Amino acid sequence: MSLQRVTRSTVIDAPIERVWDVLRDFNSHLYWHPIIATSEIEDGQSADQVGCVRNFTLKDGNALREQLLTLDDRNYVSTYCILDSTIPLQRYVATVRLKPVTDGRRTFWHWQSTFATTPGRERELADSVGNGVYEAGFAALRDYLRGRPRADTTPTRRAAALRNDPLEAQAIVLGGRGNADQLKMVAASAAAPAAGEVRIRQTAIGVNYIDVYVRTGLYPGLVEVGGVPGFEAAGTVIDVGPEVTHILAGDRVAYACPPAGAYASMRTMNAEQVLRLPEHVTEEQAAALMLKGMTAEYVLFRLHRLAAGETVLVHAAAGGLGMLVAQWARALGAMVIGSVGSEEKARVARAYCDHVVINSDGRFAERVLRASAGKGADLIVDGLGGAAREENMKALALTGHWISVGQAAGAWQPIDPEWLAHKSATFSRPVIFHYTVAPRQLREMSTRVFDALRAGTLQPQISRYALSAAAKAHHDLESRRTVGQVVLLG
Amino acid sequence: MIKVYTSTVIDAPADAVWQRIRDFNGMPNWNPLIADSRIEQNLPSDRIGCVRNFRTRDGGTIRERLLTLSDYDYECAYAILESPMGVENYVATLKLTPITDGNRTFAEWSAEFDCDPARERELSQTIGQGVFQGGFDALKTHFAGRR
Repeated sequence: MSLQRVTRSTVIDAPIERVWDVLRDFNSHLYWHPIIATSEIEDGQSADQVGCVRNFTLKDGNALREQLLTLDDRNYVSTYCILDSTIPLQRYVATVRLKPVTDGRRTFWHWQSTFATTPGRERELADSVGNGVYEAGFAALRDYLRGRPRADTTPTRRAAALRNDPLEAQAIVLGGRGNADQLKMVAASAAAPAAGEVRIRQTAIGVNYIDVYVRTGLYPGLVEVGGVPGFEAAGTVIDVGPEVTHILAGDRVAYACPPAGAYASMRTMNAEQVLRLPEHVTEEQAAALMLKGMTAEYVLFRLHRLAAGETVLVHAAAGGLGMLVAQWARALGAMVIGSVGSEEKARVARAYCDHVVINSDGRFAERVLRASAGKGADLIVDGLGGAAREENMKALALTGHWISVGQAAGAWQPIDPEWLAHKSATFSRPVIFHYTVAPRQLREMSTRVFDALRAGTLQPQISRYALSAAAKAHHDLESRRTVGQVVLLG
Repeated sequence: MIKVYTSTVIDAPADAVWQRIRDFNGMPNWNPLIADSRIEQNLPSDRIGCVRNFRTRDGGTIRERLLTLSDYDYECAYAILESPMGVENYVATLKLTPITDGNRTFAEWSAEFDCDPARERELSQTIGQGVFQGGFDALKTHFAGRR
């Protein structure tokens, strides 16, 4: 059987980075191509894993398995082949190649395949591949990027008109240093985006313990009195300024980065750290997961590199970060001991911890040692800080790694390196934003978090407050009334 | 090694655009920056290795050797032998690809070369925006409204 070749090409009116961001995702056809009924990547692999297989069905009932052979972010090329198909396509190999149109920020898209088929059906299949798949795909991706979703997908995307005027918004400002009542709602505005900026209508805003430390003054210099706190939010892009190529108006996006200013219904900010959300992640989930999920990611995969069989002690295991760390550590094969402050929280944490220690009196080390057959924890993920230092040292295994991710039980006093020698301990005091400053690493980290959400490894439990109730959210967080992740709705 | 890349969409079939640019000696016919051109040693202009010797409107003389000519891939590559620009190891490629959607042409013109580091920006701008984009603009104007 001889091979035949099918080639189609077009020009898409969007920057190449934005088009590639969709096409490099081997499973994205589910969201933009109208002939696809169901699709998933097999074995829970990531859609940018070369060798991964997408297993999908068409609306006409046909079923296919296709394998990713090449993914080239530098040259914008993706190559894949059919492994199994109910359609008689044999030796089918296809290449998607993008090139920039430099005069006009557009994208040339070339889609080509070679295949053999049953004698007599060559013409029919060449037409169905070229027109039914490739040309229909061109039109569908164009609609998708314009913010007109397929009728049967859920996210509502709004094509926004470009406006040069500031838009009215509400924001929470810091009235002064002190308790939660210092958070006050005011009228604000979001300026039209300048070069490199994006203006976002924020629907969900993440509340983090760092926001409390900023408010009280424990972490000085991040938000001035009168400024807007918050480092994390998700929403929809209203418009983008010149030189922004990776996102378009109507895109659903999220970020977790300085400078502060997230507690607002609308925000204009530098677009560099703003990521487009995968279709399977809601804006609420993104606001709950960006900062805390990426913290869990770097703690477990970069700073410590957790191995199966290790014992992990996670403080505040029913809290926003502790819950995610515990769920992920357990999925990685660790023995997870969670410490919580009440029986109510213990009931939550037992769902994903091997042992739960109720730490109402500040004495948990004995119970951790008992749960780990006297060995102690190889890794402590410590959101408590100062007042718990002696107990943590007692609970740590020899050569263990102790990572400070918060100071809910009081600020740190200086630590003497000689004190660490008692257990050959490693003590880390990391800052998440140092791990996310490189765009490639930010993307890797957030992708791993969202993949873990899709796989069910991370199961956030979100507490929702109105933006105007930010003071109450802080109050509840500090008085340890909340479980899981706290999100303000913009 | 400096790389310059310029691309555009021309509203004409690739065959028609190729017909207009294929002649290695034909630049004065379509590129307003070129005053005149001849092929040295009376070689045919589609003989690989032939040298075109041409003058730009601002009076510079440039000699370029034909390295690649493909009627199948709509592609032409050439190297600069002599020029007043101050570039070394200069190789450029001009390539057309049909856009099946609308029967148009995607045109790419790229170059790689070495030069004095202090002049990288200026030369990239001159070559990418002046020479290549200038040539594309002339082609786009020529084909505009012809169908």
